Amino acid sequence: MKYLHTFAEKCNGCNTCMSVCSQLYFKVDDPEKSAIKVSAAGKNSFALSVCNQCRVCVAECPTAAITVNKQGVVMINRTLCINCLACVAACPTDVMMTYRGGLIPFKCIACDACAKQCPTGALKIEVKED
Amino acid sequence: MSSNEAKYDIEKFRKAHKILKEFSYELKPVVKGYNDRTLYINLATLEIREKPVPAAMKKKFIGGKGFDLKLLWDAVSGSTRWDSPENEICIATGPIAGNTNYPGSGKSLVTTISPQTCIPIDSNVGGHFGPYLKFSGFDAMEIQDKSDRDVIIYIDGNQGKIQIFEAPLEAMDSHVLAEQLHEMYAANEREKQHVSVVSAGRGSEHAWIGCLNFSYWDKRRKLPRLKQAGRGGIGTVFRNKKIKALVVKYSGLTGKSNNPVDLETLQKTGLKLHKEIISLDDKQCQMRTIGTAHLVEIMNDYDLLPVKNFRFGSHPDAVKLASWVWKKYFTQNVPDGCWYGCTLSCAHGVDNFELKTGPYKGHKVLVDGPEYETVGGCGSSTAIFNPDAVVEINFYCDTYGLDTISFGTLTAFVMDCYENGILNKERTDGLEMTWGNWEAALEMMHQIARGEGFGLIAGKGVKYMQEYFAREYGADAQFLKDIGMHGKGLEQSEYQSKESLAQQGGYYLTNKGPQHDEAWLIFMDMVNNQIPTFENKAEALHYFPIFRTWFGLQGLCKLPWNDVEPADNAEQDEPNKVPQHVQNYVDIYNAITGEKIDKKELMLQSERVYNFQRVFNLKMGHGKRPEDYPPYRAMGPVTVEEYESRAERYDKALQEKQNINPQGKSTEEKIKLLRQYREQQYESLIDAVFKRRGWSRDGVPTVEHLQKIGMDLPEVIELVKKHL
Repeated sequence: MKYLHTFAEKCNGCNTCMSVCSQLYFKVDDPEKSAIKVSAAGKNSFALSVCNQCRVCVAECPTAAITVNKQGVVMINRTLCINCLACVAACPTDVMMTYRGGLIPFKCIACDACAKQCPTGALKIEVKED
Repeated sequence: MSSNEAKYDIEKFRKAHKILKEFSYELKPVVKGYNDRTLYINLATLEIREKPVPAAMKKKFIGGKGFDLKLLWDAVSGSTRWDSPENEICIATGPIAGNTNYPGSGKSLVTTISPQTCIPIDSNVGGHFGPYLKFSGFDAMEIQDKSDRDVIIYIDGNQGKIQIFEAPLEAMDSHVLAEQLHEMYAANEREKQHVSVVSAGRGSEHAWIGCLNFSYWDKRRKLPRLKQAGRGGIGTVFRNKKIKALVVKYSGLTGKSNNPVDLETLQKTGLKLHKEIISLDDKQCQMRTIGTAHLVEIMNDYDLLPVKNFRFGSHPDAVKLASWVWKKYFTQNVPDGCWYGCTLSCAHGVDNFELKTGPYKGHKVLVDGPEYETVGGCGSSTAIFNPDAVVEINFYCDTYGLDTISFGTLTAFVMDCYENGILNKERTDGLEMTWGNWEAALEMMHQIARGEGFGLIAGKGVKYMQEYFAREYGADAQFLKDIGMHGKGLEQSEYQSKESLAQQGGYYLTNKGPQHDEAWLIFMDMVNNQIPTFENKAEALHYFPIFRTWFGLQGLCKLPWNDVEPADNAEQDEPNKVPQHVQNYVDIYNAITGEKIDKKELMLQSERVYNFQRVFNLKMGHGKRPEDYPPYRAMGPVTVEEYESRAERYDKALQEKQNINPQGKSTEEKIKLLRQYREQQYESLIDAVFKRRGWSRDGVPTVEHLQKIGMDLPEVIELVKKHL
């Protein structure tokens, strides 16, 4: 499975990843619309929250709108989603994202855009066995 | 038919259709939870028309069961019977229904004049029909009069078209018919989830306990699931009108389909409950893994499980029907919700179940359930401690369109009569109706479906059988009255109420008969002793039936209210009311409709409709105190065997509550003394409850009370005045 591996100890809190992600998928620079979240975890340390492709949401979805693609990445079919947010509640790491006024949840699809821009190497796309 | 058999010749079915009527209507979005119109269909004249919903109707009746009852009231007279042409089947949702955010928001409410009770019955059912009907453009539909041939009514909610057509070739039994119609109306596999079917079955044609099956497409199993509007014989009326099925097709559902005024609050409140459910359900009721069947061993432990027609409350073999047994039967192991966004998702199913009897013998089928009520009625109450047999009875009840609760309770009554010598093989057409004989119970059901033999008598219910056995066989009418577990003609659902006076009221001081959707007070009363006085019990028998009526006004399921509770619920004031969840309801109602109600107004909305339904019973020539009594078996031991099985408990009750020394008295004497006391207690309970509800001593809502709560429509006031 392909996933975004995070190395929080390397993060400097610059938030570049959130800007890259929200601009790529929502065309705005808005942390609320980023599939990766950076938060303070103490003095000069940061926590990184992002989907680990665990698939709990796949089983929860009532319309089978959430599936796993060939690369092992959990994907949301926007046409099938009926906006119940059950996946948001079910997510064990709180990384199925929503924003105020939004209907369809969103998540990291391990696209690599943020990792490529990360100045400290805190993000890396990796592949591991299912 | 199971999924592994050949699919159907849909083209052949289509070619045999004969269109009788087509109707087009303008598509409009739902606004703040309402369409402000309902759909009227007359099967004799083939008239189809829209009816506007006036503002006053919304204010007084809110939606759901309130709309149903209002439409039905206007359609029938006091002399209407279940099979009168003017009787209707009304199906409605409610302003909250159909939202995908708050768990339990997909219910349809169905009403008709019941063949069993001759008064309005209402049943609350899952499946997708109601919400799809709503988003197709109608807050409710009413179907009046009868066809002279089997018809299907099809509503295309995306095209704005309605058809009534003759449909001679499709199956009658629901598990086949639903699959055929999902296939017929879906252009491809993906579209099957946009279709929902309402159907009955062959049993509904011959019994008075007919139910309706509301379908939804299970994408993972690739089969239709069936949820039942079970109580009171609505399926019987459906088939009497020669309706084979109702079909709705609607695509385009989103979280905004109700056009709520405050989406953010709706989402936030829904998300809060989703999270509670996902984190707490495993530690609380296990609805997501087992569903209501988790109750079996709990009820058995507290002597509350009906055993042998409610003679007893527990049995050593009940463990064969316990939750851990069902957990092994339920095969999908992912959440099973009967409407989108219900994370409580208790609608479990048994896959590839091989049938041993009947017309589908050898077929491997999907069975919905069993739920607790089915296990209690068709399992322990008949002493059928055989889970395979319970699943098979469950399956055939559903596909034949028979209510599992009524079937279980009436079968237990038949067995009790058989064991007491009132019935014998000659009278049952060869059926050996002894305790636990599941093959005989199933054969009786197949007789109902075939319309033959003893099944035709049994299928009319306990009340009918009481009169029939007394008349035809000279059986002791008083004994039959004591052991026949029905009220107003409706069979009791599956909790033992002998030791809980409040629950006796919860069952029998109800608008439609002894079911479990008005009040379940056994633990509050019997186990926790939280409502010791008559006034306490009366308050509970005011609050809970009225509060729970609100689910029926909105198209909501009761279960997410108190089958999962916030982690700190016990620390709240009045934890039995689950106050945080009641606040959720206020919040989502306001978020969808834009109204600004509070908890008090929520109760008033319900109280208006609750009282209207009581007055509706009066309109139908019923609805007064004499019809609000339980059979004695719901109150105490009828027989020596029952008394002596719990002699210590009853002797203690005589001593402590009646100050009677049981020593030296025969069991018959003690039964009589206990009965006098308990019957008197029930009289006092009725007095207290009627007073609290604002009703006369005879059970008629007073004019002052109706005016106070705002249910003061001229025809309502005029009617009650005749009875005060």
